[in-house]
Amino acid sequence: MSVRKTKHEMPEQPPKERIKNFKEVPYGYSKEVAIEEAKRCLQCKNKPCMKGCPVEIDIPRFIACIAQGDFDKAAEVIKAKNNLPAVSGRVCPYEEQCEGQCTLKKLGEPVGVGRLERFIADYEQKKGAKIPKPPKSLGKKVAVVGAGPAGLTCAGDLAKMGYSITVFEALHAPGGVLMYGIPEFRLPKKIVEAEVDYIKKLGVTINYDVVIGKTIAVDELMKEYDAVFIGTGAGLPNWLNIPGENLDGVYSANEFLTRVNMMKAYNFPKFDTPVKIGKIVATFGAGNVAMDCARTALRLGADKSYILYRRTEAEMPARIEEIHHAKEEGVIFKLLTNPLRFYGDKDGHLTEVEYIKMQLGEPDESGRRRPVPIPDSEEKMKIDTALVAIGQSPNPLIPHTVKGLQVGKHGNIIADEDGRTSIPGLFAGGDIATGAATVILAMGAGKKAARAIDQYIKSKK
Amino acid sequence: MYEILEKKVLSDTVKLMKIKAPLVAKKAQPGQFIILRIDEKGERVPLTIADFDRNKGTVTIIFLEVGKTTKQLGKLNVGDSIENFVGPLGMPSEIKKYGTVVCIGGGVGIACLYPIVKALHEMGNHVISILGAKTEKLLLLEKEISSQSDEFYITTDDGSKGQKGFVSDALKQIIEKKKVDMVMAIGPIIMMKVVSDLTRKYNIKTLVSLNPIMVDGTGMCGGCRVSVDGKTKFACVDGPEFDGHKVDYENLMLRNRRFVHEEGDACRLAGVQ
Repeated sequence: MSVRKTKHEMPEQPPKERIKNFKEVPYGYSKEVAIEEAKRCLQCKNKPCMKGCPVEIDIPRFIACIAQGDFDKAAEVIKAKNNLPAVSGRVCPYEEQCEGQCTLKKLGEPVGVGRLERFIADYEQKKGAKIPKPPKSLGKKVAVVGAGPAGLTCAGDLAKMGYSITVFEALHAPGGVLMYGIPEFRLPKKIVEAEVDYIKKLGVTINYDVVIGKTIAVDELMKEYDAVFIGTGAGLPNWLNIPGENLDGVYSANEFLTRVNMMKAYNFPKFDTPVKIGKIVATFGAGNVAMDCARTALRLGADKSYILYRRTEAEMPARIEEIHHAKEEGVIFKLLTNPLRFYGDKDGHLTEVEYIKMQLGEPDESGRRRPVPIPDSEEKMKIDTALVAIGQSPNPLIPHTVKGLQVGKHGNIIADEDGRTSIPGLFAGGDIATGAATVILAMGAGKKAARAIDQYIKSKK
Repeated sequence: MYEILEKKVLSDTVKLMKIKAPLVAKKAQPGQFIILRIDEKGERVPLTIADFDRNKGTVTIIFLEVGKTTKQLGKLNVGDSIENFVGPLGMPSEIKKYGTVVCIGGGVGIACLYPIVKALHEMGNHVISILGAKTEKLLLLEKEISSQSDEFYITTDDGSKGQKGFVSDALKQIIEKKKVDMVMAIGPIIMMKVVSDLTRKYNIKTLVSLNPIMVDGTGMCGGCRVSVDGKTKFACVDGPEFDGHKVDYENLMLRNRRFVHEEGDACRLAGVQ
């Protein structure tokens, strides 16, 4: 029997429709299509796909369950390793991970592992997730700081082992970047809430409105808990550091997305938090966050949404799928373009950006060809809103308030592979340790740290 | 949920509330602020801590009803609760022995000044306080602040109480009479600017407390950025107090007007005037 060479398509909202709403873009597989896609899997004995998975899901096994139509079992296999599959099934860069290792790539497209994971996660959420039988309590307490992907994963895994877990979250909602950063049309907030609900049902307590480092010190947590995990993420926005960046109309991607996603400014004035968008929007940067900004701007009613990036499409850090979606929706890419200065009117509102054209020179340390300015190629463009999406740095609140904690030169907490920091009993993982990376790597870090915390606490006896 | 334990109407548009928030009260220090959100549709609004009681676990806020959220907050009563109340945020005031300090409060900024005056006084400074308002009815905390001050002055724009004129007039008279080691000014941006322009001439260290628009209050969004000495700082984590001689007040005024239009819409639609 010959294997189908391409993935089964996942139906999507048409671009012209979807730029008028915040509803999710892809609809997900039907049962029938999921089974057909699952049947493409060759069930390789050496399971190359698993090597690409930061949270160690037994991928061939859950796919075999789908092929047999046993979706409940498939959910059980995934949940044994991954506490947040409805999230990772949407935002993972599968093409670089599981699907990147798939044997079928030699023939054509890999198995749609991400789409299948999402299908099962959604199936389970609709049905109501099965909560594993509570384990015997170990009588030990662990504090987790930050309810983002790293913290929630670590909390969930430790709860499953029998630890009593309290999560401290600075904001009023759980999820971290899943809630404030990633837009509704890519990751519906109801889906995140359902995943968090599962974590809570495992016995995890989440305390909101607690800023560790301010409301409670890390030292206090260390005294009260047997171990502490820090997963406070990369919350500090990077700036272009060019004149005019403090004009009205220039937002960090964080501010813009937090207003729209977490505070639901797209529903203003039904919700109290406003956002202003204007007619012409320019987003600076070309990662996933930049795509999110440019696509959100269109949905808020911008006439034109530009991405300005100083290199070419080949160097863009965003996932191909995100770039593809952005193009379909009409985002205009101005490549090899580097901003120099923002101009405003007499009231300080942003009116223009001046930029210089670039060309690619010799490769730099990252291996990418370094963009260099083309002399005398300055131009100006009229814009109403600028969104700065050129990355985030680790949030400094904790690294700066804990004595004896080793901190890297980018403000990240120094931690080993398993999250151990320079202070025994204090663990860290996700963007706070690595600098800004992906949701799934943060989840993987949370998972490894959970194991290391278990080891640490047991070794203390 | 955070319960309102006490409410006082200080003037037509200024209200005081004591909120049950033991964790915040336990750590609160003069100069810090909180962020509150009234309900699940609410926005996050920063308010400076006007007082705190660690034993009772309460934090006092004093607010001017100026936008949709503060007007809605003013309508709540004792026994009602607020959805979110997080803090203490920002850096505390640097409380130490300066010598002679002049503490200036303008309008609702007087509320934020009170814990700082108290702490500076307890530290053994010679505290001279100047409170300013448009008119007598808008003055706050006269008794509380005067009881913690070695010298106490009032100015009103219309002369209805104290000296007619601005806080800067009173400050100038003091500076010309005696040596002042530090000036702390909290109030409308224009007041802090005028005070800083004056003290710059006399080379007197001046601190101002800024209250720009914020979202998260933890350094994440950068909405509260201010230009200080040509560098971009975040009021929420680097501030809210900065060297008054180095703040770009023009930019701050402009950034605080970012959503004036939207605020008006929100008020009209919510039926709050």
